[in-house]
This record gives sequence, C-alpha cells and structure tokens, in this order.
Amino acid sequence: MAGRAAGGASRALRRGGGTAIAGAIAQRIDSALPARLAGQIGHGCALVTGTNGKTTTARMLAAAAREAGLQPLANPSGSNLMRGITAALISETGATGSIRNGADRVGIFEVDEAVLPHAVRALRPRAVIFTNLFRDQLDRYGEADAVVSIWQRAISDLLPDATLVVNADDPAVASLIEAAERPVLTYGIDDVSQAIDEPEHASDYKLCLTCDEELDYDATFYGHIGHWCCPGCGRTRPAPDVRALSIDANRDGSAAVSIATADGEREFYLPLSGLYNVANALAATAGAVALGLPMDAALRALAAFLPAFGRQERFRVEGRDVVVLLGKNPTGLNQVLRTISAGQGAQHLLFFLNDGIADGRDISWIWDADYEIIAAGARGVTVSGTRADELALRLSYADVAAEPRVVTETRAAMDAALAQTPPGEMLYVLPTYTAMLEVRELLAARAGVRPYWEDTP
Amino acid sequence: MSENQRLRIAHLYPRLMNIYGDRGNIMALTRRARARGMDADVTELGAGDALAAGAFDLIFAGGAQDREQRRVADDLRTVKGDSLREAVEAGVVMLAVCGGYQLFGAHYTDATGAQLPGLGLFDIWTEHPGAGAARLVGNVVAELEPGDDGWEGGTLVGFENHGGRTMLGPGARPLARVRSGHGNNGRDGTEGVRYKNAFGTYLHGSLLPKNPRFADRLIALALARGGDVPDLAPLDDRLEQAAHDAALRLGGR
Repeated sequence: MAGRAAGGASRALRRGGGTAIAGAIAQRIDSALPARLAGQIGHGCALVTGTNGKTTTARMLAAAAREAGLQPLANPSGSNLMRGITAALISETGATGSIRNGADRVGIFEVDEAVLPHAVRALRPRAVIFTNLFRDQLDRYGEADAVVSIWQRAISDLLPDATLVVNADDPAVASLIEAAERPVLTYGIDDVSQAIDEPEHASDYKLCLTCDEELDYDATFYGHIGHWCCPGCGRTRPAPDVRALSIDANRDGSAAVSIATADGEREFYLPLSGLYNVANALAATAGAVALGLPMDAALRALAAFLPAFGRQERFRVEGRDVVVLLGKNPTGLNQVLRTISAGQGAQHLLFFLNDGIADGRDISWIWDADYEIIAAGARGVTVSGTRADELALRLSYADVAAEPRVVTETRAAMDAALAQTPPGEMLYVLPTYTAMLEVRELLAARAGVRPYWEDTP
Repeated sequence: MSENQRLRIAHLYPRLMNIYGDRGNIMALTRRARARGMDADVTELGAGDALAAGAFDLIFAGGAQDREQRRVADDLRTVKGDSLREAVEAGVVMLAVCGGYQLFGAHYTDATGAQLPGLGLFDIWTEHPGAGAARLVGNVVAELEPGDDGWEGGTLVGFENHGGRTMLGPGARPLARVRSGHGNNGRDGTEGVRYKNAFGTYLHGSLLPKNPRFADRLIALALARGGDVPDLAPLDDRLEQAAHDAALRLGGR
C-alpha cells in the first residue's frame, strides 16, 4: 500500500512523524479510502471538534474505550485534517487491505473545525462531540460565526440516529441543538463556586446567535463559557445531562470532581489542573455515554489519565521539572495562565510565539489574552519564536517582565531558560502549536521520552 | 511639554468591537501618555451610552464580526452619530480600526448585498464582493502620508483581515500608501483614510503598541486641541522598535 510505504519512508527521514504525509498520498490515490476503511470499524466512530480541548478530550475518550475492553483507533498526533485521519486508518490496515481486529475497534478522531463536514461524510460517526468555539485562526476562518455555519452543514449530513454531544455552557455550541434533529447529550459545569468575579476581556459570544441581544450570565467560568441566558428571545443554557456538581482542586494540581449522569452521582479523580480540563473530562464522559461505554470504565480511565503531548505534559530535564502548556488563543491561554498563577513557588517562564499557518498568521490575539494574571509570580522570562519581539512588548505592557530576554532560536532559548531555572524548580513552557512540536521534540530528546508517533492514545 | 496634562479617551463599544486585540491600542495610548507624566483616563461607551460633546480628546473604535457590527450600526445611527460627527468636525482625534473604520464611511454592503448605512464621517464606502470572494488577509507594511503641519510620517505595520473593499471618495485622503499587503481594496495602493484629525485603518495587530510614532502623533494632535502640535518627550522604545522592525521584515516575505 503506497500510503504505508510513504509513512515508513517519512518516519525514516525523522521529519515530524510523517503520519499526515502517508495520508495525503493515499488520499490522492483513492479518495474513497477513508470511508471504506472506517466502514470496517465494528463499534463505529466518534468525532471530537471545537476550538480548544480536542486532543485532550479525544485522548480521554480513547482511554475510556480501552478501559471498556475495546481497541480504539485514533489520530494520536493531533493530525486532525482528513489526511491525518486517513493516515491513522491506513496505519491500522493489514496486508489484506482490511482494518486489523476491525470487530473490536472503535474510531475516535479529533477533527479540525472546518474539516468536520468532510469527516462526517467519510466516517459516518455515531457521535460528534462539540467542545467549544472561540476566536482562533481568524486569518483562516474569517469569523468564528463562519464555523457555526460549517458545523450546521455537517450536522445535517449526520446519520439520523447519531448523537450530538454538546457543551451546554457555551452559547455558540449550544445553538447547534435547535436545528439538529438528532439525539443530543449535553454536558456542563453546575458548580457556580468556580465562576470568576469579572468577565474576561476575551469573551467571544456576547450576543445571542438567534436574536443578537446581549447575553446575561449568572456565572462566568472563562471566556463566554458559563450559565447564560438571552433576555431577548429567552434562549437559555440547557440543563446538562452530564454535569459537574462540585469541583475541589487539590494542592498538587489534581481535582476531585463529583459528577451526575442519568445513572446517578459519582466521584472521580482528575490528575490535571484547570477548569478547562474538567470541561474536557465532562465532554469525554458524555462521549462515553453516547457510545454506550460503562461509566465505571470511563471514570477509571480519567483517574489514570496521562496528558496529551504538549498539554500539561511534564518532563524532568537536568534536575528541573518542565511542564509544557499549549496556548494558541486568548481563552485557552487565560486558562493556562490561571493554572500557572495557582501553582506554588516562583514561576520561571519560557514563551514561544510563532506565526506559521498552523498557529495563525495573525498574532493580535496576544493583546486579548490576560498575561497580567502572572505578573506577580513571574521570575525569569525568556521569549522565543518567529514573533518573539511582539510578545516581549506585550509582556512588558503586562508587567510580567520589564525587559524579557529574547532568544530567537528554539534550542538556544530552551538552554537559556533551563539555565536560569534553579535545579528542583519548575520551568513553565508556553508555546503556540508549531513551536510546541519543536519544543516537545527537544525536551523528549533531553528527558528520554518516546517520540509522539510511537505514542498510543 | 507641560506636566499634568490630561488626555481624555473614549473607547467606543469595548465589549462589542474588540476582535483583533483592539484594547492594545488603548493600552498604548494610556501607557505612553502616563510615561510622560500626563493623566490619561479612559471612558468605555457601550451601546446605549451617549457621547457627551466636548468631553473627549481622543475617540477610539475597534473591529467586530458582522453580528456585532449590525448592533453597533444601530447605535451609531440612533445614539452616538450626531455627537461623533460634531466631535470630528471640531478636530477631536479619532482612530477607527477595521469594522469601526467601515461603519464610519458612507455605507457598507455586506456579502449578501444588503446595505448597512454608515455614519458618513469619512468620504469612503465599502463593498463586500460576495461570499465566494477571497478575504484580504495578511501582514501589511505601509508608508504614512506626511501631515499638513510638516509631520514626516513613517512606516506603519500591522495585520489586515477584511472581506469588504473600501473605496475613497473625492473628499477623502489616504492615511498611508501600501508597500506590501492589500490595504483598502487591494487595487489602488491606498491604506486607511484621514479627515481632519480622524483616522481610519484596516491595520490591527495591535496597531499602536508597535507603531509608537503613530501613537505619539495621535497623542500630540489630541493635546494640541487645534493649536500648535506639541513635541512629546522621547521614550525608551527599544521593545516597541524591535516589534516594529520585526513586522517590517515580514513585509518582505
């Protein structure tokens, strides 16, 4: 199979895993290939889309499926366009041209927001999970509203019994319910003690998508995520089917979450920090319900969860703890900054700002993110990436550092940041997407971690 | 340059029109004024809030998506339009970025062909060529036109992302000439508009933090209040200049 050979060749050349290259070649040869292979997956497919949380949610759901005795088939490297999905299918195809162990498998794919209509037509999913919708890569999508239209088009192509799993706390995502004409499962955070006092500047849906009236909030968790209602047309946050009743953050960054579903109330342990990860866990749990997986298995999988690469992934490098926190849009980054400021001790920081196509060429979003959150605790600050100079200016405006050290080259920046972090202390690395790939490779080599394409989701 | 001067800034629709880092422009104005010992205060005016005549030295409006822009157009027509027009005619400094820029023109025809009436502060009009047309997106380097008082201009750097094409009428002068990027319409080489002390532009990014010369020009014009434009004390702009120079280099790629 031409695709598999290309994957091997590209991996042999050690360029970025090469998973998507195999998919691109195979797609050119046979555009019906993903549909044919997906049709052999015995337990069907679930798709995860949305601005933030795709990778983590999909990984959590795959872990739940494995815990339930199924064999997940996923696109683990965050390669979430059709070519990446096709590559994942090919890599699980045997010499006969069939998916290996097809009967025991379930497909769990994270899907780029704009690619969802194609993925729906090719993969005929049983469930689609919509996590949230924030402004992101506006240079690519034009407007966030355009993404809502793309999703509505995808939903109209879903099988009639496919389930929509929807974040009730996001008014833009919840607006998908109205015309869905499909089963819907909602999830959300009921614990209003998690609300912030002042709404964040970066709130992307202030107006009702139905009537353009300004939305009211009883509680705001982050961005435009919260308990919303529209004073104009009366649309309101749906009562979630899967909901977090209480969330208790532990000092080590983990959380104890009490969750309610149709099966009753349960407790689970989540070894990740940040309210956005609780939302990811709820999305995955609701996805497990939609796929008919046992709740026990889903919650066991969450308790044993290891972070997806670049998302709170931890490394031990030369006596320092290094944690990598991907931040690529204002709301996601604000959550990361809150997580850092809640940590203990001094905060040594290494930022990367790239403006590649996968990052978004437009970096204006850094002026909407609240770097001010970490002004008090920041100690050594190093800035790198293709747009390091602009980020240095933003950080000086935020009083994070009067004059951040700018080191353009990635490896040199990492060396400088490690050198100024005392042994035994924590270095926080905050890259954009393309920088995260480089950073992760550097850190993995220094800490002795497997390359990500050998990683099982 | 006297101490304790006061810069009164109105930020129009900060909740509705803020999609491209627009608050960075407000940060730049207040920070640069305060660094010189001035008082700088910002009044946020949302939909429904009146704009008091003579209350402000500098008025700023940012960009938005079409949904928010419709709501702002209503408010401009019914609440703030007349006092904004008076302020601009009286020489108050105004900066309108992207969506704000479009709404201050004669009209905006959206992708469906529907026409949204503008305020007519600028002799410009904007037409979206339709949903199939490419948006004008990317890094821009432009050359500011000199001022009538002998101000030299300089380079302006930023990022543009707009579907609408803006045309200048006979009563409008461009803010700048495009060196790289699309500008107003991708055809005539103009970027933005200026009328009296009011300026419109497609450049965000944020615009003012990394264009300190233009930021200071706005502050100086605001302090002049129609009289002689003062010279502002220089600031340590090493970080600002580095960000400006980095954006200049992007113009070449």
